[in-house]
Formats: sequence, structure tokens, C-alpha cells
Amino acid sequence: METLERILSEQPFFAGLDPSFCKLACGCAKNVRFDAGQYIFREGDAADQFYLVRQGRVALQIAAPGRGALTFQTLRDGEVFGISWLVPPYRWTYDAKALEPVRAISMDATCLRDKCEADHDLGYEIMKRFMTVMIDRLHATRLQVLDVYGAHV
Amino acid sequence: MAHMSETLALSAADPWVPRVGRVRKRRHDAPDAWTLEIDMGDAAPYAPGQFNMLTAFGVGEAAISVSGDPESGRLIHTIRAVGAVSTALTQLDVGARVGVRGPFGVGWPMAEAAGQDVILVAGGLGLAPLRPAIYRLLAERGRYGRVTLLYGTRSPGDILYRHELEEWRGRFDFEVEATVDHALSDWRGNVGVVTTLIERIAIDPARTLALVCGPEIMMRFVAKALGDKGVPEARIYLSMERNMKCAIGQCGHCQFGPVFICRDGPVFTHDRLRALLALKEL
Repeated sequence: METLERILSEQPFFAGLDPSFCKLACGCAKNVRFDAGQYIFREGDAADQFYLVRQGRVALQIAAPGRGALTFQTLRDGEVFGISWLVPPYRWTYDAKALEPVRAISMDATCLRDKCEADHDLGYEIMKRFMTVMIDRLHATRLQVLDVYGAHV
Repeated sequence: MAHMSETLALSAADPWVPRVGRVRKRRHDAPDAWTLEIDMGDAAPYAPGQFNMLTAFGVGEAAISVSGDPESGRLIHTIRAVGAVSTALTQLDVGARVGVRGPFGVGWPMAEAAGQDVILVAGGLGLAPLRPAIYRLLAERGRYGRVTLLYGTRSPGDILYRHELEEWRGRFDFEVEATVDHALSDWRGNVGVVTTLIERIAIDPARTLALVCGPEIMMRFVAKALGDKGVPEARIYLSMERNMKCAIGQCGHCQFGPVFICRDGPVFTHDRLRALLALKEL
């Protein structure tokens, strides 16, 4: 039988994490499921979780007046979303919606923040991993903003 | 008119003189892109990745990659309306005359790809120069290992060759992933830049060749992402675009450091270009 600790340690985000840290993080984790079309969180709500996708696809969206929901990123197996848990005031700045049935690991943000405060080595490890995710997304966002596929004479 | 065609046909061996063909078919493939099939009578054979110089008479000449199947005997180009010449070409009606010089340049490394996994990474209209390579890979599918197409474009409405992409996706021996930079909520596919697709696929770097075509800035990031996955620079091929005029390395318009894009390329290995791509002056 798969234990949550083993599932967590096999997630790319936690790959190579010291087993003692993994055990600590596991105390804040739980398995969750979402149906296709279900909102995982909505813009403005409290960012009290972050998520690791085990299976399925998730769309990150922002509603634009007159245009409906605009998808700016999709995520799939092995990817993490919900970065707002790290930064006050801990509110989502976009919607997350399951595009298909999604299995994920939900990490309790308050629990993990408290553990990171109590153990700065754990906190530093988590920050480094989130920093990698954020830098990758920043680079990707730059390319999106540059509109490289547009016609440039 | 027959006399004119014959006269021009006689000069076919002269790379400076265009032959005259006629538009046989014209199809709107994306908001600003049209695909023309040109009837040349006896079209010169071409290799995947090569280009022709197309003339819109009275307007000018532009370098356009061949986008059809080299073995089909049909000459097909997909053109984006960007400047005066390319816009005039896209506005040619069926039956209109068009000048053709070529084919020119060094194309995709099809022989080197035999026995290898092949990853094709296309951005926007960059799918057009890759399509001849895709036709050949699929026609001789058994000669190659895993074949993967990663295609990024601006929005779902900008996707090129949509019907063919759907057909290709339905094959069990061809992995096709598309992504767009942004989409409305009715889009069920991927959203994000094309480099994110590279991170998601399994790559055996030692037996992978990557063929990349798209905006130069995209190709730089794609080459980096492939390098991060261990693909050697000498196995990453980029198709470059510059303002080509003579197409035979005589005029210097497309000079890129020590190379001429028209004559030495347009397809180059990344190790040959990496330092040049970093030069802002180029």
C-alpha cells in the first residue's frame, strides 16, 4: 500500500528532500480529488493550501471583463501550483480549475509555514524549491509577454 | 504566354532568374497566413528545410520555406503576410503568376536522423518549414526511433495546419503536443510557452536529434531547455531567418557573422550558432 510519505517523496517537487524533512512536510499533506470542471480555488479566497498534481490537468485562469476566463497556464502531473501561500496576505490572485479529473496532494499552508518557521533548514529547502518554480515561471511569463509569435516587420 | 514560359524554363539553371509558375490552390491557414500550391509544370526537387525565392511581380521577392511534401511533386509554401512582398504573395488568386527561384540552402538532417529519436519543436509559423521533415519522418516511420512534435503558438486561433495536427495526434507512433500562450476557457489543451513541453517529455539525449524552427528568441530558449535535458548542442538544429536577397551567398544581406544564412543554412547546428546568437549586433 502506498503511504502518503512515499507518494510525497516521489513528487518531483520533493525529489531528493532529506527524509526527515519529507516526514515533517508529510504531516501537512493530504490526498485530494477534483472533478472535471471543478474550481480548486478562486481568486480572492484565502491561500491556505498549495497543491502538487499527481494526475490530471489544471488550468490557471483570470477573469477578464467582457472576455470571460482567460487561461494563462495549464499544469499537469508532477507540477506544483498555489504559490500565494508563501506571501502575505495569503490570497489567491487567480482561479484554479480542474480540466479533467485531478488527483493531487494538498499541503496545509499554515501547518507548513509554522514548520518552516520552527525549522529554518526545512524552510530554506522549501524556499529553494519554490524559488526554482517561480524563476521558471517568470522566464516563461517573459516569453509570453514578449509575444514572440506575433508578426514583427 | 506559352512562349514566355518556355523562355523562362530555358533559364531554369540560372539561379538569378525566376521561373514562372501559377497559383494552383490557395488556402487560409491562420489569421495572417496562407498556403499556396504553385504549379511549375516540372517543379525542381527539394529537400525538407530548403526555401525558394518567390516573386510577387511588380512588388518584389522574398525567401519562403517550402512547406509541402518533397516526394509529392507539388510545390507548396505557407506565407505569413508581414511586409509588402509577403502580403502581396498571400493575396495572389488561383491562376495568378508567381516567380520562383530555388530551391536553395541546407535543409534538415534527415539522413543523420535515421535510427535516432527526433524531437521537432515549432513555434508559430515555424511549423511550416518543419512540415516537409514531418512528412518524410512519417512516410518512413520505421527508420526512426521516437518522433515527437512540440508546437507552440500564440492562441488556439493561430494554430497552423489544424486538421493535420489532429490527424498526427491520432497516430500511435507520433507524439504531438501543442501549447498556446493564452486561451479562453473553452480551450482544452495546454497553455504555456513551448519550453514547458520540453520539460515534460522523456528524452534520451544520446540518441536524440532536435529540429527547431520558430522566432529566434524562442529557439534560444528551446535550445537551452534541450541542453538542460542533456541534448548536445551539435544535435540541436535550428532553422534561421534573415533578410535573404540573392539566396546564393553573393550579396551579403543575410550574413550572420562568418556564415551566410541562405547558402550555409538556413539550418545550422546550435554549436555553430550559439556564440553568434548572443551577439546583439547581429
